[in-house]
Amino acid sequence: MQDLLRRYGTGLTGAFVLLTAFWLLVLIVLPNFYLLENSFRPYLPRVDMGGPLDTYSFDNYAKILTGSSPTEVFGLTVTLPVHVKSFLLTVGYSAFVTVLSFALAYPLAYYLAKIVQPKSLPTLFLLLFVPLWVSEVLRSFAWFIILSLKGPLNFSLLGLGIIEAPIRWIAGYRSIIIGLVYTYVLFMLFPIYNAIQSLDTNQIEAAEDLGSPWWRTHWRVILPHAKPGIASGAVMVFMLSAGSLLVPVLLGSTESNWFTQVIQQWMFEAADWNTGSAYAFILLVLCTVFVSLVMRVFRVKLSDIAK
Amino acid sequence: MHKTRNYLFHLYMALFLFYLLAPLVVMGGAAFNDSRFPSILPWRGFTTQWFTELAADGRMWVAFRNTVLVAVAVVVLAVPIGTAAAILINSITGRVRTVLYGVMVAPILAPGAVIGISTLLFWNQFSVPAGLHLSVFGQVSYIAAFVMLLVLARLQSFDVALEEAALDLGAGHGMVLRRILLPHLYPAIGAGAAIAFFQSIENFNVTLFTRGNADTLTVYVFSKVRTGITPTINALALIMITVTLAGAVLYELRRRRLERIYGE
Repeated sequence: MQDLLRRYGTGLTGAFVLLTAFWLLVLIVLPNFYLLENSFRPYLPRVDMGGPLDTYSFDNYAKILTGSSPTEVFGLTVTLPVHVKSFLLTVGYSAFVTVLSFALAYPLAYYLAKIVQPKSLPTLFLLLFVPLWVSEVLRSFAWFIILSLKGPLNFSLLGLGIIEAPIRWIAGYRSIIIGLVYTYVLFMLFPIYNAIQSLDTNQIEAAEDLGSPWWRTHWRVILPHAKPGIASGAVMVFMLSAGSLLVPVLLGSTESNWFTQVIQQWMFEAADWNTGSAYAFILLVLCTVFVSLVMRVFRVKLSDIAK
Repeated sequence: MHKTRNYLFHLYMALFLFYLLAPLVVMGGAAFNDSRFPSILPWRGFTTQWFTELAADGRMWVAFRNTVLVAVAVVVLAVPIGTAAAILINSITGRVRTVLYGVMVAPILAPGAVIGISTLLFWNQFSVPAGLHLSVFGQVSYIAAFVMLLVLARLQSFDVALEEAALDLGAGHGMVLRRILLPHLYPAIGAGAAIAFFQSIENFNVTLFTRGNADTLTVYVFSKVRTGITPTINALALIMITVTLAGAVLYELRRRRLERIYGE
């Protein structure tokens, strides 16, 4: 701080501090404070706001426990509140999307970092970056076309004689999973690639020379080295999936209900911003818990993830 | 042994690229298919009808204008904020730095819906109605973090002695910033501005909750897909893809040329 004052004087340092304070307070901390504050207040008509009915309570949070829907889990029928079920399914499927993205991305990251000719890397990366330049809404829309009942996928499969009747792809949660993996798999690929790339190839060769089978080389040498990259990719994919609204709305079926959709329903259909903020806060807590969990399990710092 | 393995890897790479790119080809190709439902199969003949219909859609043009305005506003706010925050945090150490850094980076990881709703509620407290101005604030709250990270990385290679020398030689504080620090940061600031612009154009979650009744292109496409799709959306998609890809290829070519000139 002293150093800044000496180099840039009071005026400029003051400007830096003000800009940063505006960002941190007005754009980040205070909005989140009001989100929390509003989530404890009841949804009232404008005239009753600030009146005797306007008291703090956990009522909005309790709403998540209302209504029940029987669900089958591994053959057992469990009765869960509708929104709890939607929350758990969102967490579960987001985790599944994360694992699937890792399975798809890891071999590719290894290939890009250690096998491919370095001179073809820029072209490959240019091609890999193409989908990232296309907005998420268009990528979901592309899959909406592909997966629709009369879409190109069913048409080709029928034409090739692989299936006899068109498949309803947009059913349950599977179309959401397909869409999420497509949209976010690259967020897993690039961090893992960066991590593996920094591994000295001599270490892999040494392991091979000493007679290690390929799977053990990966398990004992490459995977441990790629850990920060995997943590970073897992956090990105999980958060983006759990927080995604576009993909579940565009590719969801009548049977699916992502947690962000529930929030959106409270905000727009019920126009109940207080309950909406309570649900939004629950989502925020989920994300915070997930990030801290990953940071602990993989023993990485926030600055490693945010790269 | 390695040979078969490498063939498998090449094959996998090719399949993966097909998986990534084929959906975009399907989407783009459908813009020319003379069929009410957007699809490339079955092919019912070539038409440019959808482009004409798109150009006649007034709502699309308004959404386009809004998108550009919001993106420019986001760049104008996020670049100075991110740069200032990076300079500030670079001169702080210890616990304060960890906490500040955490607060700055957190919005990148927070779900867009949460950012959107909290922005909406905060400004509603002061009777500021929803609208694109709130979308700008919501977007800046996390996009400034990208700028901050880029500038912070660039600051690591900055030699403070240059500033000391300038000060010793009698330069004012403004001149030190303008003539010494900023020129060193320009590549990071430029990249930050480009990222901010594209992030803003792509943004959906924050915008949806803060926009009021105004449309941006992503919201426009979204509502079109939900209410009744026609291949006009494909026409729009194809144009957007072409423009951004042309930009990306030009950027890459320029980078390669510079590399050839300065690389050796």
